[in-house]
Amino acid sequence: MFNIIRERMAQGYRTSKYPKVEPVLSQRFRGRPVINPQLCQPQCSLCIDSCPYGAIERIDGKVCLDMGRCLFCPTCSDICPHGALSFSKDFRLASNTRAGLVVDETEYPMVQELDARMKKLFGRSLKLRQVSAGGCNACEADLNVLGTLTYDLGRFGIQFVASPRHADGLLITGPVNENMKNALLDAYAAVPEPKLVIASGACAIGGGPFRGSPEVINQLGGVDELLPVDLYIPGCPPHPYTALDAMVRLMGQI
Amino acid sequence: MSHSKVIRFRHGAAIALSDLPTLDFATFRESLLEEVANHARVASFFGQPKNNGLDLYAVLAHDWQGELALLHTHVKDSYPALTPDCPQMHLFERELAEQYGVRPEGHPWLKPVRFHKAWVDCADIWGRDSHQHPIPGDMDFYRVEGEEVHEVSVGPIHAGVIEPGHFRFQCHGEEVMHLEISLGFQHRGIEQMLIGGPHPTTPFQLEAAAGDTTIGHSCAYSQVIESLAGREASPRAYALRAVGLELERLACHVGDAGAMAGDVGFLPTSSFCGRIRGDYLNLSADLCGSRFGRGLVRPGGVLFDLNQEQVSNMLSKLAVLERDSRGAIELCFNNPSVLARFEGVGRISADDAETLGLVGVTARASGLVRDTRLHHPIATSIKNYAAPVIEIEGDVCARGNVRRREIYASHELLRETLGNLPEGETLTELGALAPDTLAISLCEGWRGELVHCAITDANGRISRYKIVDPSFHNWSAVALALRGEQISDFPICNKSFNLSYCGFDL
Repeated sequence: MFNIIRERMAQGYRTSKYPKVEPVLSQRFRGRPVINPQLCQPQCSLCIDSCPYGAIERIDGKVCLDMGRCLFCPTCSDICPHGALSFSKDFRLASNTRAGLVVDETEYPMVQELDARMKKLFGRSLKLRQVSAGGCNACEADLNVLGTLTYDLGRFGIQFVASPRHADGLLITGPVNENMKNALLDAYAAVPEPKLVIASGACAIGGGPFRGSPEVINQLGGVDELLPVDLYIPGCPPHPYTALDAMVRLMGQI
Repeated sequence: MSHSKVIRFRHGAAIALSDLPTLDFATFRESLLEEVANHARVASFFGQPKNNGLDLYAVLAHDWQGELALLHTHVKDSYPALTPDCPQMHLFERELAEQYGVRPEGHPWLKPVRFHKAWVDCADIWGRDSHQHPIPGDMDFYRVEGEEVHEVSVGPIHAGVIEPGHFRFQCHGEEVMHLEISLGFQHRGIEQMLIGGPHPTTPFQLEAAAGDTTIGHSCAYSQVIESLAGREASPRAYALRAVGLELERLACHVGDAGAMAGDVGFLPTSSFCGRIRGDYLNLSADLCGSRFGRGLVRPGGVLFDLNQEQVSNMLSKLAVLERDSRGAIELCFNNPSVLARFEGVGRISADDAETLGLVGVTARASGLVRDTRLHHPIATSIKNYAAPVIEIEGDVCARGNVRRREIYASHELLRETLGNLPEGETLTELGALAPDTLAISLCEGWRGELVHCAITDANGRISRYKIVDPSFHNWSAVALALRGEQISDFPICNKSFNLSYCGFDL
């Protein structure tokens, strides 16, 4: 007992002060992409060609980056000779809509809170059933981190529950493969109405690294091929703060 | 007698297919069994369709000689199963039956592995409609009949934030008589997507073969490609990969130690380790921007370097974390009530471990000296690993202790590697891949040995890519460990292995 108390004091108080205090992320962390139109050259397409997942496009002459497809590797920012494309340290990446994940030169909007009725129901207590549908376990691993004392998910009223019948919604990771499609639909059907669906990670948004696989649904992957999605959390995998910020904003607590 | 037929080579070499003799099946079988009797183990076994049949390749590891043996044969639609004489082949043969419709005659446990359609146009071994996608988990489960015998069925969706899999327990009261595990729910078709590659998407798919072993799998992949291109990464790149691998090992081992403590209700270690694991992941992010090592390793080297200031920064963070890890973990392993729950539970004997061909932490906890870092180091520059961590009891406690001691060993390795980073470039330009060539690479991921094999076609494109994650061998050990245990001990047994579903399912 004495040893436990002594060790507890040595380990110290570790819960982060988020959202009151901004977290300090690694120097090399790649967060929300920033496109600088002053530096971008109209005839250049190096970044567009460098992305194997087609996350970057030029629409009406302006470069746009779709964070739903982006795996946040350093390829495009490294290849840009003009310094027009870079990754900032901003971890607030999520969006209420699929189209909202596209970053261009304009300011990126934050996640909007639920409508009044849903916020009344879920704003202070959100129970989620997580379903892993063909992913790689990295998203799951960094969601589990939210339960540690650093993030302490419970203080926001969010909890991962064991049964879909106890849940207010599903948080889905993975591209949705053939072998998990039916289990996912069963879990969705078991969640009482009204319910939320959160797609977390590049796979769940658009197939991620497995886009094009014959084993993922419609060969594209993505939860919204199958279910209506209320919140998209990009990243491969999303940083725990990205996921936490998205959920807390959705509940209207920030 | 047939040793002249066996190609022996060292890890990192590439072999021209024309140098590889095709043995008739009887000789292949005899040579394979002879090699295994001479202390080789099956590292990989896979097929490739050719001339209306299937080319089979067996990779056998002679650990203490640091050598690999390669055997090659050709079969048509069936062959006498090797499993009855060499049980470690059991899943490899089931896999072949599922992928290519080739029947291993006399296989004692012939069931689907991942529930996908056959990769070639053939009749389904189990008589399912070959045009429909198979239903996962749809197979004949082993069943115990009798009064007071009951069955417990769990999954695919489990109670926590974890991956899907299906478990069937045959129980008599609390006692588990048999556990059968049916996986494949995470199957994404990775090996099939790699054919015709390397594609621009290939490194990303390999990084996500098992997300918690990103650096392990991407190292193994990069080594294969470097072997095929006939180039080596620079010593500095190897050293930075080793740093990445050890950080990955530390994060996962510390997380596992905490999870094991949590499963027996010892919350101090569970809470401390959860936080410390995250801090190790943050060190990976300090190295490459991603907590899971995404984007660090590429064929030819690594994409990130560390300057002197970053190195000393990392070393000082590691020094603090080492103290915190020790404090948190020793608390648990010095506690009699925790040890009473760990000791003697879920035991795997050394004989069983050897028979099943187990690898990694699980094998080392059962007294087998199996560590790729020791036996098959790829780089001539990395030869400093001399002390694998071995425990002999084979129980939950031993698996925990292997992790505990490997955490301390990893810190030592990191201090040494970071303190002596070789100078030089981090990325070497690779040329085209050699055509009609086979290469194999091994890498000690945190769970155990990762084996990647690639075969190129006449144009130097990948025509077959085979991945063996340590979980492929080791899931059988989870089933075995539960025999005669109480079903309430399943969580702690399972946690002590902490195997990957996606690494198995691919």
